[in-house]
Amino acid sequence: MVTTRTLGDKIFNTFNFIVMLIVLFVTLFPLWNQIVISVSEAYAGYTTGVLLYPRGFNLEAYKLVLEYPQLWIGFKNSVVRTVLGTTLAIVFTAMTAYPLSKDKMPFNKAITGFIFFTMLFGGGLIPNYLLIVKLGMLDTVWALVVPVMISAFNVFIMRNFFYTIPASLEESAKIDGASYFYILWKIIFPLSLPVIATVSLWIAVMHWNSWFDALIYIDSKEKTVLQLVLRRIVIENNPNDINGIINIAKKGISKYTGRQLQATMILVAVIPMLVIYPFVQKYFIKGIMIGAVKG
Amino acid sequence: MVKREAGVFKRITEYRALLLMLLPGVVFFVVFNYIPMYGILIAFKDFRITEGILKSPWVGFKYFYKAFSDPYFFVVLKNTVIISLMKLVCGFPVPIIFAILLNELTHGRFKKIVQTVSYMPYFLSWIILGGIFINILSLEGPVNQFLSLFGFEPRIFLADPKIFKTILVITDVWKGFGWGSVIYLAALSGLDIEIYEAAVIDGCGRLKRIFHITIPSIIPVIVILLILSCAGILSAGFDQIFNLYNSMVMNVADIIDTYVYRKGLVDMDYSYSTAVGIFKSLVGMVLILVTNKIANRYGGKGYGLW
Repeated sequence: MVTTRTLGDKIFNTFNFIVMLIVLFVTLFPLWNQIVISVSEAYAGYTTGVLLYPRGFNLEAYKLVLEYPQLWIGFKNSVVRTVLGTTLAIVFTAMTAYPLSKDKMPFNKAITGFIFFTMLFGGGLIPNYLLIVKLGMLDTVWALVVPVMISAFNVFIMRNFFYTIPASLEESAKIDGASYFYILWKIIFPLSLPVIATVSLWIAVMHWNSWFDALIYIDSKEKTVLQLVLRRIVIENNPNDINGIINIAKKGISKYTGRQLQATMILVAVIPMLVIYPFVQKYFIKGIMIGAVKG
Repeated sequence: MVKREAGVFKRITEYRALLLMLLPGVVFFVVFNYIPMYGILIAFKDFRITEGILKSPWVGFKYFYKAFSDPYFFVVLKNTVIISLMKLVCGFPVPIIFAILLNELTHGRFKKIVQTVSYMPYFLSWIILGGIFINILSLEGPVNQFLSLFGFEPRIFLADPKIFKTILVITDVWKGFGWGSVIYLAALSGLDIEIYEAAVIDGCGRLKRIFHITIPSIIPVIVILLILSCAGILSAGFDQIFNLYNSMVMNVADIIDTYVYRKGLVDMDYSYSTAVGIFKSLVGMVLILVTNKIANRYGGKGYGLW
C-alpha cells in the first residue's frame, strides 16, 4: 500500500516474513508429521530423531485402512447426517425466519423473545438426553439431525438478511395472488443465496465434526459416525479396533504399527475436509460479516 | 377494547399463512428447548427413570447441597475457571498480534497462503486434533525427539499433571488463533489508507504507524470481544478436554462439563448431574446478561450481542 521503503521498513518486513514462516511451520508441522509417518516404513514412527521427511516409502497403511469396513460405514453415516441435517436445518430455519421478518405480523415480538431466550438458557445434558429417549429417537439418525435443526442464532441471521430485501419485490407477486410459501421459495430464497450458502456451510461443518451426540445417542456399530470410528482408534487407542484393521488384511502384525495406522486413519478422515476447505473458505469469512449484523 | 380485539383477529386472519409457516419452528423450540428446560425439575427430585419426571418424589435442594458440600465439585469448578482464564489471558492477544502482522504483509499472495493455512485447524474436530496431539506429544513423538537433542529425558506430556493445563492452552491457541484474527482483519480492512499515507509523509516509521494508527483503530473491537468472552468462563472446552484427558491428569483436567457427563451418563446419577448443570447454566446466563450490558454501555447501543 505504501511504497516508500526505508531501512526500518526492510528490517520490519524481514522480521514479519520470518514470523509468518514460523506460523506456517507451526500450523503445518503436526499434520505434516502424520503424513510422514503414514507413508514411511512401518517402524519409522519409533526411530530416534525428528522426522522431517518420509523414511522409505510405502502405502501399505493406506491400503489397510481403506479396507477397514467400519471406516466406510462411519463415512457413509457422516455424509448422510450432514446432507440430511443441513437440508432440514435450512428449510426449517428459513420457514421460521421469514415470518419473523414481517414486523406487522401479530405476536412477532412475543415469538422473537420466546426464541431468543433459548440462546440464554437451556435444559442441559440430562434433560435433553431423557427427551430423546422419550421420543424414541435413540439409535436413529433423527437423534443427530432433529434436535439441532433450528438454532435461534441462525434464525436471527437469516431474518436480518430477509429484512434487507426490498418489500416491493414481494408486492407484485402478492398482487398476483401468490402464497407466502411460493414467495419464500421462489423470490426470497434465490435472493438470499449468500446467507443461505454461509449458514449451510456452517451447519454442514458442525454436522461433519459432531461426535458427542452420536456418542450418547447411537449404540449400533452400523449407525455410528466417522468421528467416533476415528475416536476409538486414535484417542481410545482401542486394541480390538486396531487389531481389527490388521486382521482384516490377514497379514502379520509385525509389518504394521499402531502409530502408523493411527496417523493414516487421521489423514484419511481429514482429506475430504482439506480438499473442500480452500474453495469454500471465503464463504466462512463472509459469514462472520453477516453474523456481525445483529438485531 | 372490543375494537382492538377485533383488530387482532383481523390481523391474525390476514397473516394466517405466515403464522402457519411459523408453526413448525415454534413447535420445534417448545419440544427441543422448552421441554428440556422443564426437565430440569429432576434436579429437585429423586429422579427414577421408571417413574418419570412427574411421579418422582420431590427432594428440594438436596442435590444442590450435595454439590456444594462435595469437595470434588470445587476441584472441578476451580479447574474450569483456571483453564478458562489461562486460555483467555494467553489466547486472547495472539489473534490480535497475528492480525496486525498479517495486515503489514505487502505480498498479497503470501498473505493469502498464510491466512488459508492458519484458518484451517479451526475447521477440524477435536477428535482429529486430539489424535494428532496425542501422537506428537507421545513418548516417541517429535516433541520428545526434538527435546532429546538438548539432553532432556523423554516424558509423556499428556500424563503430566504439572503441564497438562499448559498443553490445553497451547493446543487451543493453535486451533483458534488464525480464525480468531478474521474479525480484527475485517476491522482493519475498513481503515482509510489515506491516514497511513499522511503518516508516512509526516515521517512516521512502520512501528509508529502500528502503535498510533493500527492498534487504536481496533481497540473498540478488542474491548468488546474481551468483555463478551468473559461470559464463557464456565465453558473451558469440553470437546478438547474430553479427547485429551486421562486418569493420570483427572485432578487438574476435570471441568464442569466433563463432570456433568460422567456423573450423568456414565454413573447414571441423573438428578445430581442436572443440578450441577443448572448451576453452570444459571451462572452462564447471568454472565451473558451482565457482559452484554457492559458492552452496550462501553460502546453505545449495538455493541453488545443485542
